[in-house]
Amino acid sequence: MTMSRLPAPAGTLLDRAKPITFRFDGQAYTGYEGDTIASALAANGVTMLSRSFKYHRPRGLLSAAGHDANSLVQIGAEPSVQADRRRVVAGLDVQPQNVFGSLTRDYARAIDGLGRFLPVGFYYKTFFRPKGTWKHWEKLIRALAGLGKVDLEAHHGYYDKQYLFADVAVVGGGAAGLSAALEAADAGAEVVLIEENPTLGGALGYARFDAAGQEAARVREGLVGRVTGHANITVLTDATCNGWFADHYLPVIRGNRLYKLRARSVVVATGSYEQPMVFRNNDLPGVMYASAAQRLMRHYAVRPGNRAVVATANGDGYGAALDLIEAGVEVACVADLRPERSDGALADAVADHGVPIVRGAAVTEAIAAKGHVGVEAARVARITGQGQTAAVDDRFACDLIVTAVGYNPTANLIHHAGGRLAYNDEASMFEVVWLPETIHAAGSVTGTFALEAVLGEGRRAGWSAARDAGRTVGAAPAVPNDRGMRGINHPWPIFPHPKGRDFIDFDEDLQVHDILDAIQEGYDDVELMKRFSTCGMGPSQGRHSSLNSVRLTARANGRTVNETGTTTSRPPYTQETFGVLAGRSFEPDRLTPMHHHHVAAGAKMMVAGQWYRPQYYGSESSRDDNVRREVMAVRERVGLIDVSTLGGLEVCGPDAAELLNRIYTFTYTKQPVGRARYVLMTDQNGVIVDDGVACRFHDHHFYVTATTSGAAAVYQHMLFWNAQWRLKVNITNVTASWAAVNLAGPKARDVLARVCKDVDLSTEAFPYMEVRQGTIAGVPARIIRIGFVGELGYEIHVPASQGEALWDALMDAGKADGIVPFGIEAQRLLRLEKGHVIIGQDTDGVTNVFEADMAWAIARKKPYFVGKRTLDIHERNGLTRKLVGFSLKNPADPAPEESHLVIHDGAIVGRTTSVGRSHVLGKVIGLAYVAPDQATPGTAFHIRIGGGRMIEAVVEKPPFYDAGNKRQEL
Amino acid sequence: MVFALLKYGLSKHYPAKHQFPRPRELKKSYDVVIIGGGGHGLATAFYLARDWGITNVAVLDKGYLAGGNTARNTAIIRSNYLTPEGVRFYDESVRLYQDLSNDFDLNILYSERGHLTLAHTDSAIRTMRWRAEVNKHFGINSELVLVDDVKRLCPQLDCSDTVRYPVLGALYHAPGSIARHDAVAWGYGAGAAMRGVEIHQRTEVIGIEREGVNGTGGKVTGVVTNRGTIKCGKVIQAVAGATTRVADMIGLKLPIRTIPLQACVSQPLKPFLDKIIVSGSLHVYISQSSRGELVMGGSTDPYALYGTRSTLDFKEGLMMHMLELFPYLAEVKLLRQWAGMTDMTPDFAPIMGETHVQNYYIDAGWGTWGFKATPVCGKRNAEMLATGQVPDLIKPFTYRRFPEFRQLGEKGAASVGH
Repeated sequence: MTMSRLPAPAGTLLDRAKPITFRFDGQAYTGYEGDTIASALAANGVTMLSRSFKYHRPRGLLSAAGHDANSLVQIGAEPSVQADRRRVVAGLDVQPQNVFGSLTRDYARAIDGLGRFLPVGFYYKTFFRPKGTWKHWEKLIRALAGLGKVDLEAHHGYYDKQYLFADVAVVGGGAAGLSAALEAADAGAEVVLIEENPTLGGALGYARFDAAGQEAARVREGLVGRVTGHANITVLTDATCNGWFADHYLPVIRGNRLYKLRARSVVVATGSYEQPMVFRNNDLPGVMYASAAQRLMRHYAVRPGNRAVVATANGDGYGAALDLIEAGVEVACVADLRPERSDGALADAVADHGVPIVRGAAVTEAIAAKGHVGVEAARVARITGQGQTAAVDDRFACDLIVTAVGYNPTANLIHHAGGRLAYNDEASMFEVVWLPETIHAAGSVTGTFALEAVLGEGRRAGWSAARDAGRTVGAAPAVPNDRGMRGINHPWPIFPHPKGRDFIDFDEDLQVHDILDAIQEGYDDVELMKRFSTCGMGPSQGRHSSLNSVRLTARANGRTVNETGTTTSRPPYTQETFGVLAGRSFEPDRLTPMHHHHVAAGAKMMVAGQWYRPQYYGSESSRDDNVRREVMAVRERVGLIDVSTLGGLEVCGPDAAELLNRIYTFTYTKQPVGRARYVLMTDQNGVIVDDGVACRFHDHHFYVTATTSGAAAVYQHMLFWNAQWRLKVNITNVTASWAAVNLAGPKARDVLARVCKDVDLSTEAFPYMEVRQGTIAGVPARIIRIGFVGELGYEIHVPASQGEALWDALMDAGKADGIVPFGIEAQRLLRLEKGHVIIGQDTDGVTNVFEADMAWAIARKKPYFVGKRTLDIHERNGLTRKLVGFSLKNPADPAPEESHLVIHDGAIVGRTTSVGRSHVLGKVIGLAYVAPDQATPGTAFHIRIGGGRMIEAVVEKPPFYDAGNKRQEL
Repeated sequence: MVFALLKYGLSKHYPAKHQFPRPRELKKSYDVVIIGGGGHGLATAFYLARDWGITNVAVLDKGYLAGGNTARNTAIIRSNYLTPEGVRFYDESVRLYQDLSNDFDLNILYSERGHLTLAHTDSAIRTMRWRAEVNKHFGINSELVLVDDVKRLCPQLDCSDTVRYPVLGALYHAPGSIARHDAVAWGYGAGAAMRGVEIHQRTEVIGIEREGVNGTGGKVTGVVTNRGTIKCGKVIQAVAGATTRVADMIGLKLPIRTIPLQACVSQPLKPFLDKIIVSGSLHVYISQSSRGELVMGGSTDPYALYGTRSTLDFKEGLMMHMLELFPYLAEVKLLRQWAGMTDMTPDFAPIMGETHVQNYYIDAGWGTWGFKATPVCGKRNAEMLATGQVPDLIKPFTYRRFPEFRQLGEKGAASVGH
């Protein structure tokens, strides 16, 4: 095909020196750099871009600005690309969406003929009898629904984010936005100006404001020249401000980058959406907005047709007619919907070209060309009443119908910010009636259309925004009184046709009668009408359907538009990709200082919250052997485990002990310096939420550990409570600042003694549950004698930077005793043998202290700790379940899995929480919740294991191993 | 069958049946006043009228019909709960759901998809096994499946171990379904209206009248609205995010925090995802609607608020995790985001039944799962209002469990982190 273009200066966005070849629906085409997909196709005579959602009717360019779903296409793996906004690049392979076959031969187009059997909401009305029928119909309906396709093999591209800050954010780079930016910047404000198009100027770049066609360019040149040279203005073109969030937090999308802009004040100068005229076949390719025709001509040098009929209710229609004539398009007729003569100079200029102007007339039908892919003629008839026309009409042969019947404000950001709009009945237009503080609006978004007033309003908004941002400003700029709001919107550009196909919502294929039928069925509230008919629920979110559907709803209900109201606009303003929201994934990987040692030693690493921890060392195939080897080393010799992931909190200040007293269940005020004490945390419901150890180094200084997964929450919990208590205490989360290991086993003291010379390690000098500060292999260390695994053990904390050195020193020192590193699996089994609970595994979201059989951890005499009152009541109320140790009655039975249920008399009374096969004891042991009356040692109970089989278990009082705790206290 | 559509194509005038007659005036008195015209309120009205013949009923709503959480939820239906009380309750709801289209003569687009709650950690595997075992005990179809089966059930999911939080397994609940949420409310509303119930939209309750308030809650006698005061026999409130504010009118303090829950939807896509996928660790849930839109949500917002504003952080976090599970969706487009207000209880179970005020009942505390309970709530509320007896199925949910320290243990079953 050959490309046809208008001569320069048309084509302001094109670089004609750079032709670009791309494909659409299997055919190759050539466009220029700067072209959108749709403009390049239009230059090649291709007007059909898509098939409609429901009826598969041919659709073409309507707004040329992304205000409708007509232009949505698929590019490779990317669905729903706006062909009228996305620029062509070499080699682009563009495919149509939602067609069965090809765009021109779509088998589903037959649905159009069945339309009368598919009333609004048809899928609610049938397909469900008898029960089960829907299952089959659903498949068909789902396949017909949907637009683009996803490609499961598609690659995840690169996206990133950047923060921006500004005094004033100006959204929209048209006449209003440009003058607002200048005014604010002149007052010294740092301004970010955001424009979604490639160039600044808005309508000044394509619309016509005067008969000579000079004014727009002159004004634009002046404004753009000053803005681009201004030191205080950062201009972001091709950038979309896609929403407004609290405190002027604006997501601005530019390509694959999301800017997150925080501004002190915002000027919304986003303009308005041109609105469609409703008549039969108003959806045919070749029927478009005046602004769309003008964009095609000015920006892309495309002649939108050869012979046009213009239907207008404002001066923009005449401006477009003049543009068309200058571009060599024959204008067959201008149908002015208004009976009286208006827009004198522009209309006269059109008349001077010999164009017949019919006043008080409307286009009532577009007659389809052969194959239904374009327009062949327009019927024009006299308007006889609201939405009514005379039976006689004139038929004008044409391939283009251009409509200019009014606008609806692009008030998305204003809605997001909580601003209010109301319908001005005299102007038949929504206008902004209230704005939140520090948000200002200017230009046609406010209903201001006269250019001088737009510029004045822009200056006023910029002035106000600069003042909000704390800049010194002079006297408020004046705004001309005549805003030019009247004579823009026709009150009723809706001409229903007895045969229908008079579309209100192009995305959703909704015609006038669909809206009226929905209302008649009782969905008469505008929200219900929307939800039942789906009007405004498509990709363009009511941009072109909201105004007319609200007008229809109001009239059908006999109410005013204001009484009817509108549906809510929500973010995003326009489509945004998941990728741009996600950005680069910032899921942190937390590695302990010894991480690489574990990997080098062949550890199987597992995810533990944000951390990675060694599960066991050795190959996956010999997992059980590895765990057994590690367990036996700890029981018989000595083992070393990395516990750097434990939470660490420094609690300092005169009230440090008091804070712990209130936060944890034990008592800490009398804890001697040098002593370590168990800590158990409950919430206000008495539910166990964390545990650890508190080490006292000074009257005013505790070092408290927390579980790996609980550390952040414990810290938050302490801060939360102390915000109310106001104790003299400083709480710092030092988890990442410390590395820690647990050196455990009968040989632990011998090993430690080889590298620690400044602490007396003897049982007498450093007994169980004491803490010392000393030096290990030259590293300052906190050494705590505790025994989670039930052997003589030292938990050693050193600054994170020294973690590797500590690990190396201990592994070296332990060589002679056959030291082995051990992982989580071995630790779990070792502690199970001791009957220690793991918070979160052996407790759940409602486990209280008594259920966990941990009443020993409560200081009875304390007046208060978080959860105490509840626990007192629980104690009075009695238990409903209890955590007990158990072993299997018949050792030959298979081991239950964790979370298998305890069943009593056919009812669930509990479940297993920890189960393991103890090598030392030679049997399966575990912890389980049972009914309180089953909790006595020796009592048998039943566990339902896989396959529904019941096995018998016997309550056994933990610890299962070393009941006298002699080994850990050595 | 599809013959139902013939009349629309062949008749000269549109054969509309007006679903919701709009009563102009409030009557002076009603046997039952239902505060809240959402799913629960309308369902209650429907069963009162259909099953108990009580039709002198007014449903009052501050906004439009079913415009609160009924319009804002993500329409997932399941019964894979953790406590026996929860499982039994939701099981009845699922069964009622399956008959609703025929009950209503309106297709609610009930679509059985299968529901996978992913486990990324061994502790999540334990929780999923626990839920599966409890479910099976009550005859509910749930299974713990490991990663290979997850891959087979949902090949669209990235089950590789190269991601940050690899999928280890899942709770698979085959009956998990979605439905058209609006249609559920409309069906109940139309069915109730057809039988004589009055639905008053844009009617706000601003006070409750009581008699005999003397150290006790007294007895409810009337409801004050922005359109006048009406007398009534019994009242039930079913107002989700406004629960605490309405309960305040009878001096009932509830341990409820109202927290926004956000959701969003993509542009429509051709069907590629049948299963409903939930990941508690990643704070993500997703299903593809019959229109082809991806309906997505995450965890509740980090703070309490009586408001339905949207945030940027929500969708940034959600999409980051969404692309972990479905990396090929990076260029799919988001269409719309919104928020609802959830009334969260401390134990994640609802508050239902009697209050300290005679003849005043409550249906609240639904947190993030009220939609799936709509039918059973309606049915049992109706039974309670008609008989004056609290049905066994909702007895465990009395508000008195809080002052009596007998909370339920549903916390482990919330689909995403809260």
